[in-house]
Amino acid sequence: MKKTVLFEKLGFFSLGLAGLLVLSVLIWIIGDIFVHGASVISWEFLTQSPREGMTQGGILPAIIGTFLVSLITIILAVPLGMFSAIYLNEYAHQGPLVRFIRLSIRNLSGVPSIVYGLFGVALFVRFFHLGASILSAGMTLGLLTLPWTITASEEALKTVPKSFRDGALALGATKWQAIRTNVLPYAIPGMLTGAILGLARAAGETAPILFTGAAFFVPFLPKSLFDQFMALPYHLYILATQHQDIARVRPIAYGTGLVLIALIIGLNGIAVFIRYQYRKKARMAS
Amino acid sequence: MPNLTSKTPSHDPSGMIRRWRRLQDKLIHRFFQLNGLLSILILLGIFFLLFADGFPAVKHLGFQAFLTMIWNPTSFVKATYGLGAMIISTMMVTLGAMVLAVPIGLACAAYLAEVAPSWIREILKPVIEILAGIPSVVLGFLGIVVIGPAIATIFHLPNGLNAINGSILLAVMSLPTIISISEDAISSVPRTYKEASLALGATHWQTLIKVVVPSALSGIIASIMLGMGRAIGETMTVLMATGNALKTPHSIFDSVRPMTSTIAIELGEVPFGSDHYHGLFVVGFILFVMTFIVNLIADMVLAKYQEVER
Amino acid sequence: MQPSSSLQIPAEDVKISVRNLNFYYDETKALDDMNIDIPNNQVTAFIGPSGCGKSTFLRCLNRMNETIRGTRIEGTILLDGIDMYAQEVDVVDVRRRVGMVFQKSNPFPKSIFENMAYGLRINGLKNKRQIAETVEQSLIDAALWEEVKDRLFESAMGLSGGQQQRLCIARALAIKPEVILMDEPASALDPIATQKIEDLIQKLKKNYTIVIVTHNMQQAARVSDITAFFYLGKLIEVNETGIIFTRPRLQQTEDYITGRFG
Repeated sequence: MKKTVLFEKLGFFSLGLAGLLVLSVLIWIIGDIFVHGASVISWEFLTQSPREGMTQGGILPAIIGTFLVSLITIILAVPLGMFSAIYLNEYAHQGPLVRFIRLSIRNLSGVPSIVYGLFGVALFVRFFHLGASILSAGMTLGLLTLPWTITASEEALKTVPKSFRDGALALGATKWQAIRTNVLPYAIPGMLTGAILGLARAAGETAPILFTGAAFFVPFLPKSLFDQFMALPYHLYILATQHQDIARVRPIAYGTGLVLIALIIGLNGIAVFIRYQYRKKARMAS
Repeated sequence: MPNLTSKTPSHDPSGMIRRWRRLQDKLIHRFFQLNGLLSILILLGIFFLLFADGFPAVKHLGFQAFLTMIWNPTSFVKATYGLGAMIISTMMVTLGAMVLAVPIGLACAAYLAEVAPSWIREILKPVIEILAGIPSVVLGFLGIVVIGPAIATIFHLPNGLNAINGSILLAVMSLPTIISISEDAISSVPRTYKEASLALGATHWQTLIKVVVPSALSGIIASIMLGMGRAIGETMTVLMATGNALKTPHSIFDSVRPMTSTIAIELGEVPFGSDHYHGLFVVGFILFVMTFIVNLIADMVLAKYQEVER
Repeated sequence: MQPSSSLQIPAEDVKISVRNLNFYYDETKALDDMNIDIPNNQVTAFIGPSGCGKSTFLRCLNRMNETIRGTRIEGTILLDGIDMYAQEVDVVDVRRRVGMVFQKSNPFPKSIFENMAYGLRINGLKNKRQIAETVEQSLIDAALWEEVKDRLFESAMGLSGGQQQRLCIARALAIKPEVILMDEPASALDPIATQKIEDLIQKLKKNYTIVIVTHNMQQAARVSDITAFFYLGKLIEVNETGIIFTRPRLQQTEDYITGRFG
């Protein structure tokens, strides 16, 4: 009898161990990057361009490049995500077509990022003749982010009670009026959260931008959307694998990684904060 | 035409606004409908574009060319387009990742769902979300600078860039998916099942293992499938950490080159329109189909699970 | 022309006329061959046990059932002689003339003023002064003005249950409908709030046609002029309220009224 009790106690203990393991993994990842990267971070690092073949100077162009390409991503993925979500949640009949749409969305979120990269090369770089550019890369990332913005927007719309729609309709609103004036305003915070999370995901992606616009060294900051650009994840990749003096640039690689992680965690934090504020407000309203 | 509004509002004497509004509403409906179809269009677009851009290679080189083992289109001796080694590499790192991630992931999920006090949950759940957000390039970097040397030291290898390195990193990437979906599935098991088991004299552990986990099995399987899909499709991590050797791997300590790495390495230098270029699209197509099937299975399993619950 | 009633309403006093109405939720028939005339400027009550179709029928009268997928309607519903389901008719017009107050009060999470102004704004009214005047008048008509006039710009969610329901009534009044449909308006309210709503209904019928669904027979007896008894999707009996509750013609009606079932 005692043996089984001991065995079971060990069983639960090992479950807890798994939790601890997961926690340690994260701490180790962030810790390692932080410890080795923090020494490199300085105001100059963030605001200057690289010099001496990337061994000195900063990563400003990469920060700006990431910012610009993410902007394109958001411009593409957020509105389209909202519109699709509005269709799915407000207009669509539940039938085979809608099921297929949802299946497509789920599958799109599982498509490998390099496949999106291939698609982006074939479609934007080649077929639309946009070349390797911020536009091509941004649109490729936009497609990658779209399934997530659709899902997040739909979740946001679902939280708006049906009585809002019914109440508006009963007062003589058309369907779109009801949605626009009495549903969307309440769903916006949720959609915003989804947009920020999508942005965080897109900022960290490398494979889709490898061949659609990212470059290791661009001598000046991009002047138009058709220019190539530097980007944080791509910069880290090259510094880590293809630089001619890998050992010397390693600290800079660490610094780049730290900036990237800080950016992503920061964006996640903002999203969580918005979500929290929104839920608080919703609770007080009811 | 019967006019229902005997009293037309004073700001619309002709009733025109009404007709315009009806048309407007219809147009808006169509607009959203088109947007809804967008996802299907994109999915089909990817499928057909990959197929169309890969087909020239199949046509020119023949189907059999892809069924051999070695992929070496730039060889001076004889260009080969075999997918064999690549697919084995992909499967090897993926399986290795699953071997690591599934037990840990399930255990962690069970812990979160059944055992952990709420303050631990409040910490662990964000931790898992953050872990999910770590970019693959960062993990690949850590594979090079930390895990690689560690493996090299422990196993007395010249360098640590090999399949097992990739598996470890892919396991870290798959963990959040497996944990969150499995945890969902386990928490959704109705309390009545657990209570019935306990009322029959079973211990908590027995209830967990014999009742709760089996009930959540569909969700757990779905989570594993989705985690596997992630591992199969992951690019940067394997690109940086697995060594990229073009041969057929024989052990987990071999340097390997999965499908994703091949595309990532070669697409930049390949001449447009060449067999090599189109060959890469064949690789991409196979990759797409593999992840599509895995995701589809996960979908079906989840759908059945939700049906059963009703 | 009603199956089991001797109620004759002169044609010019009929506001809504329902003929041969059948209603389906997908394949299930929920309403069977409804025929009823709703008289102008009176209160008509629908009574009957739960699930007998009263609310479904009420929602047919302002075409709100169309917001639910899979519903189908046959027959005609005439508003002032015009078929409200005709192809040419814009459903928005129907809903402006036939307003609705829901069972669970649903003020929007906006200020009291914004709740009131909402209906006006979406119907195109832009003049601020007119909006403010209409809001005030409607709140007066709904006997709520005195209680909220000093906090018009506070959130409507801060009102009590009874006040919220009166706000919803005021909100419906603001767009100047001709008919007001009320789906169990007082079911979630305490007796005092209920009393206020019932008094309001009596006051409103001078200027509006009111149709009220209620599961509370005493309320129907207190408040209505005409009562219609529903059972299992059919209209069993319609007559003046006094007659229904004292000398019902059908046994079934009497059984329900005396509490033998339901």
